[in-house]
Amino acid sequence: MKGLILVGGYGTRLRPLTLTVPKPLVEFGNRPMILHQVEALAAAGVTDIVLAVNYRPEVMVATLKKYEEEYGVKIEFSVETEPLGTAGPLKLAEDILKKDDTPFFVLNSDVICEYPFKQLADFHKAHGGAGTIVATKVEEPSKYGVVVTTPDGTGLIDRFVEKPVEFVGNRINAGIYILNPSVIDLIELRPTSIEKETFPKLVQNKSLYSFDLEGFWMDVGQPKDFLSGTCLYLSSLTRKNSNLLCSPNEPYVVGGNVMVDPSAKIGKNCRIGPNVTIGPNVVIGDGVRLQRSVLLDGSRIKDHAWVKSAIVGWNSTVGRWARIENVTVLGDDVSVSDEVYINGGSVLPHKTISSNIEMPSIIM
Amino acid sequence: MAEKAVILVGGGTRGTRFRPLSLDIPKVLFPVAGKPMLSHILVAISKVSTVKEVLLIGFFDDYVFRDFLADASSEFTQFSVKYLREYTALGTAGGMYHFRDVVLRNDPKKFFVIHADICCSFPLLEIQELAAEKQAGAVIMGTRVPYDDVRNFGAIVADEKGAVVHYVQNPESRISNLINGGIYLFDSSIFDVIREAQKEKFEKSYEEPVSPNPDDNKQILTLEQDILGRLAEHGSLYVYETKAFWRQIKAAGAAVAANKLYLQSMYQRDPSCLTSGDNIVPPVYVDPTAFVDPTAKIGPYVSIGPRSRVGPGARVKNAIVLEDCEIKRDSCTLNAILARGTRVGAWARVEGTPIPDDSHDTTVVMNGLKVQATTILSTDVTVGDEVRVCNCVVLPHKEIKVDVNNEVIM
Repeated sequence: MKGLILVGGYGTRLRPLTLTVPKPLVEFGNRPMILHQVEALAAAGVTDIVLAVNYRPEVMVATLKKYEEEYGVKIEFSVETEPLGTAGPLKLAEDILKKDDTPFFVLNSDVICEYPFKQLADFHKAHGGAGTIVATKVEEPSKYGVVVTTPDGTGLIDRFVEKPVEFVGNRINAGIYILNPSVIDLIELRPTSIEKETFPKLVQNKSLYSFDLEGFWMDVGQPKDFLSGTCLYLSSLTRKNSNLLCSPNEPYVVGGNVMVDPSAKIGKNCRIGPNVTIGPNVVIGDGVRLQRSVLLDGSRIKDHAWVKSAIVGWNSTVGRWARIENVTVLGDDVSVSDEVYINGGSVLPHKTISSNIEMPSIIM
Repeated sequence: MAEKAVILVGGGTRGTRFRPLSLDIPKVLFPVAGKPMLSHILVAISKVSTVKEVLLIGFFDDYVFRDFLADASSEFTQFSVKYLREYTALGTAGGMYHFRDVVLRNDPKKFFVIHADICCSFPLLEIQELAAEKQAGAVIMGTRVPYDDVRNFGAIVADEKGAVVHYVQNPESRISNLINGGIYLFDSSIFDVIREAQKEKFEKSYEEPVSPNPDDNKQILTLEQDILGRLAEHGSLYVYETKAFWRQIKAAGAAVAANKLYLQSMYQRDPSCLTSGDNIVPPVYVDPTAFVDPTAKIGPYVSIGPRSRVGPGARVKNAIVLEDCEIKRDSCTLNAILARGTRVGAWARVEGTPIPDDSHDTTVVMNGLKVQATTILSTDVTVGDEVRVCNCVVLPHKEIKVDVNNEVIM
């Protein structure tokens, strides 16, 4: 089988992290985001993966070369010369996606969930339609496009309702699909939207089905959601008793959902959790309090610091008795001086912050 | 030679700007750098060996100073200390005049008059020397402040010899940035000037309608409003300009600045009178009965009062911590005052905004709001674990469980 991952452009929504590292390589749960997807696709029997990108950074090419070998898949870049929307990239990658009759997966690179590719493929083959979209439950469907299925229980999609004012259902398009190669014939090579232009045609043909997603789902394309998604991901690992998590019996763990890379060092009398990922080579001092945060490779949290709802970028340092919170994002190699407070600061790479940031702001 | 000193201590209905700290303790007894403001003045007076009597004049109840007077009489043997209570607020000059017989008993040649709410090096000997050199009947201590701050003080205009030619309280113009530092040396003739001023005011009061505001009471006479201008006209007032530190302690937040200045000056004179240690950044004063965990980092400019406890990995900087406080592990306290019995939780952050060294303003503008720069936790306030309190004034007996910013918490 084949898969296409819609990576897109510069990942500006995830700046300042994406000023240093392309979005697919930003570590989510201590592993590059794209690796979660590559791994799940490979596990479902996918052998050919296309990355639909607007630009192709060398670091990404090299990293994915490594994954090709590791997971026994072929990964190709399909580079758009102009942004082609969400459907155009399928047409652009036609040669690969149509190389055999098997259906192909499409997924948005920002979406994190327990990718149910095997069950999705089984469901797709069973109903015989041209496409299946994965739908996830949300609390406020009025903010999204809602998927409405026919009452017969087959999952056949009756219609889409964009930002409904009245309740018509609470399942929305999760940004993950499985499509037959024939669907590509419905797409022209121009900037076009799969949701607005391609899917309505399939609905008209009574050929598009909806598959209910179990478990969590999150678009982690911006820092606030990146943190929320991390919480959901870690909670799902806890439910599965995953050995990727730290034992809750570690003296410093409070509330669980803590992931610590084996190369990280943690000082005395710390209180860590819930919902923290600590990356490789991270050094944590004594008496540090961490919650709901992501500490990326090589970052350093000094003694007595307090960190909540923050992403600490690669090689950044948080000083002693510093306090950072409220979706503070430190880019690569940022230094927060001792005793400084940051409320929702978005700090670009290589900056030193030596006085308080009282209100959410961008530090250029 | 001065044989007496009068300290003007005010009263409970005055000094409201020092609230909430003055809700529990009169401002002049508030401890900075390990001892009450008044004690710093007594120490300075004790350097003038001719002074045999110190008179506190104010309108607090007698019991307010009872313990302080007992302690002072055992600490200072050179002079006696008495409290003279005004029956009502008479003003700084009115109170002195009311007790003129006590002040002039034993016929002192000269006497100091000191406002209790100032923090400075108290250069009393230098003031005395200047008086002798100029044959001056009266000397006022002056200090320079930024021109923008002058309107909060009394401005002194002096000639090149140091004779005061003009004095104006709270000027609106940039007349001079040499201001009244709140220390005077007088001789008995000051009472003639006060009598003259009183008479004139009494006569004037027949001409003007009676004010409904009791503060405009004809009995109220202040040195600043009614006397100093008159002295300047008489040509008998000289100014001694101090170049050393000077602060007026009006608002509660100014106590942090005073604490810093006193600690600095004590440290420069004799570091051994202050606390030292591996994690102590001097100058720091820790009461011998207080406990500070060796892993806590304290200083600079911190005073910690009796029986207070600072836990492991806590940080305290530029702060006054009074008695019986508990500062828990890994917390951070910056630019703050913790009154008696306050508790700061683990990983909590109690934070004010530092006041620049050259500023006499204790407020700061945050999100368009003028707030107290120093965070003040009054008596028996509790800040929960991991909670942040920033630029807040918290009234007594409150428990803070969620983060608060730029607020007064009733």
